[in-house]
Amino acid sequence: MRDIHKETVVNLALGLGLLLVPLWALWADQPFTITLATRIAILALAGVGLNLILGFGGMVSFGHAVFFGVGGYVAGILSQHATSGVPVLGLPGSNQMLVIWPVAMLVAGLLAAAIGALSLRTEGIFFIMITLAFAQMVYYFAISWPAYGGEDGLPLVLRNRFPGLNTMRPWHLFVVAWGVLMVVLGLMAALRASRFGAALMAIRQNPERAAAVGINPYGVKLVAFVISGMVTGLAGALMADLSRFASPAMMAWTMSGELIVIIILGGTGRLFGPLAGAAILVGFEVTFGGMTEHWKLWLGLVLLAVVLFARGGLIGALAGRARHG
Amino acid sequence: MADPVLALNGLRKSFGALKATDDVSLTLRPGEIHALIGPNGAGKSTLISQIAGKLQPDSGTITFRGRDITRLSTAQRARLGMGRTYQISSLIPEFSARRNVMLALQARQGHPFRFLRPVMRDRALLEGAQAMLARVGLAGRASVPSAELSHGERRLLEIAVALALEPACFLLDEPMAGMGTEGVGKLVDFLHGLKAQAPILLVEHDMDAVFALADRISVLVYGRVIASGTVAEIRNDPRVREAYLGEETA
Repeated sequence: MRDIHKETVVNLALGLGLLLVPLWALWADQPFTITLATRIAILALAGVGLNLILGFGGMVSFGHAVFFGVGGYVAGILSQHATSGVPVLGLPGSNQMLVIWPVAMLVAGLLAAAIGALSLRTEGIFFIMITLAFAQMVYYFAISWPAYGGEDGLPLVLRNRFPGLNTMRPWHLFVVAWGVLMVVLGLMAALRASRFGAALMAIRQNPERAAAVGINPYGVKLVAFVISGMVTGLAGALMADLSRFASPAMMAWTMSGELIVIIILGGTGRLFGPLAGAAILVGFEVTFGGMTEHWKLWLGLVLLAVVLFARGGLIGALAGRARHG
Repeated sequence: MADPVLALNGLRKSFGALKATDDVSLTLRPGEIHALIGPNGAGKSTLISQIAGKLQPDSGTITFRGRDITRLSTAQRARLGMGRTYQISSLIPEFSARRNVMLALQARQGHPFRFLRPVMRDRALLEGAQAMLARVGLAGRASVPSAELSHGERRLLEIAVALALEPACFLLDEPMAGMGTEGVGKLVDFLHGLKAQAPILLVEHDMDAVFALADRISVLVYGRVIASGTVAEIRNDPRVREAYLGEETA
């Protein structure tokens, strides 16, 4: 019981910390810090999507960047068509985030349904390889598709809009990203505590037992995979707006790896693990990226240490082992 | 005679040259305990796996509650009312005893696609699980993760999970395995009462328990049913004595 309480405190501190640091930066007129915090929030959101299947469901997808990238391209493409006035697939483009997000989630969700339906017939290393293969297919497709920039990617002339805010201002965009992250984390908490969450966590631990009490593991895993792809796709749409750029690099396999690293650093299967992990990753990049080009080497050593000595990641170190009641 | 709840008809399963299940036909009638005995390697676990849906037979049919279930998945069979326990305890290790039972209860109530309502505040599930745990004597251990329960407690929790499915038949794969004398005695009494709720197909090595409980016994040797009958018939069957009981009592 005390552990649950402790984890809640850690989660609150992380969520509030992510709000207070850019608030301080706003007061101190440090827009770059605000942008960094926005990046943390968006990467965390992408990680939250992956954490649903990797952490709660035990499915190691090594191709989740594909949903991140697809979300980014949806934002870029809709925005480009809104600017040019040319319809896309018979529909007008849009520069409204509230329109773009559902479309990004829908497209990412449909793609996740297709990829999941095939790859979830396998397990373990085969699942890792198949998800990677699908992601690489889409990656090379994006590179070779000249209509939307091909290898060069797709720039966004202006950031997409959110009602009542000026998203070109760092603080406003941060508030949007932070708000989305918190809402999704809240929904994730509810999902984990629900019947669906119980079924998913049970399947991770003992799929045979879950089937023997009448739960169809394939169906539950597929639905989780789709939700996971949708959340990561939403994060991709936000990332395209932050960097004002949708590029094939968003769906490169290195990005898939980065998402896994975020989850491991923060604490696999912990609700706020991706936020902790994204903060560590971006913090590392900023702190050591200025000193040495080889900062990823040091990150690798940290990752190694976490895997060897602190399996629970940062959340595990701060709040102890997870309990499921 | 009442229609059987479960009927195996000409079931065969081979692994290469090994006939693990060789033309097995048997029935489970309402209200009975049908024990399946046989020496190690006789194919009991293979047979149970086929009944539960983990393995597909090469030929033959399995009929459950009047319906051909030979091609159904494990989960579909469980939802039709097949409650099983495993030879080696198979539970959700990180979940508490209570939550293990709740998982079975929630599956019994329908699909798991409910995303927002917190399951640990679902009073019907909580109370239902507590009642099941009380029936097997684990009420005081409800909050303990199943990985931290003792071996005997895990055996009982397996039965509580099967109970929660409100099954039309129980498949119990060596429920007494590794239990002390006292535990076996209690379990024998419990199973004796349980058969009124649903018939039991019981795989068990403990001969005293089998003879105390079974209404009928089938003897499996090298994948074949070599004898089937009442306790007295099996005790006096010379083939059984030779193939199995002889070894045990020698």
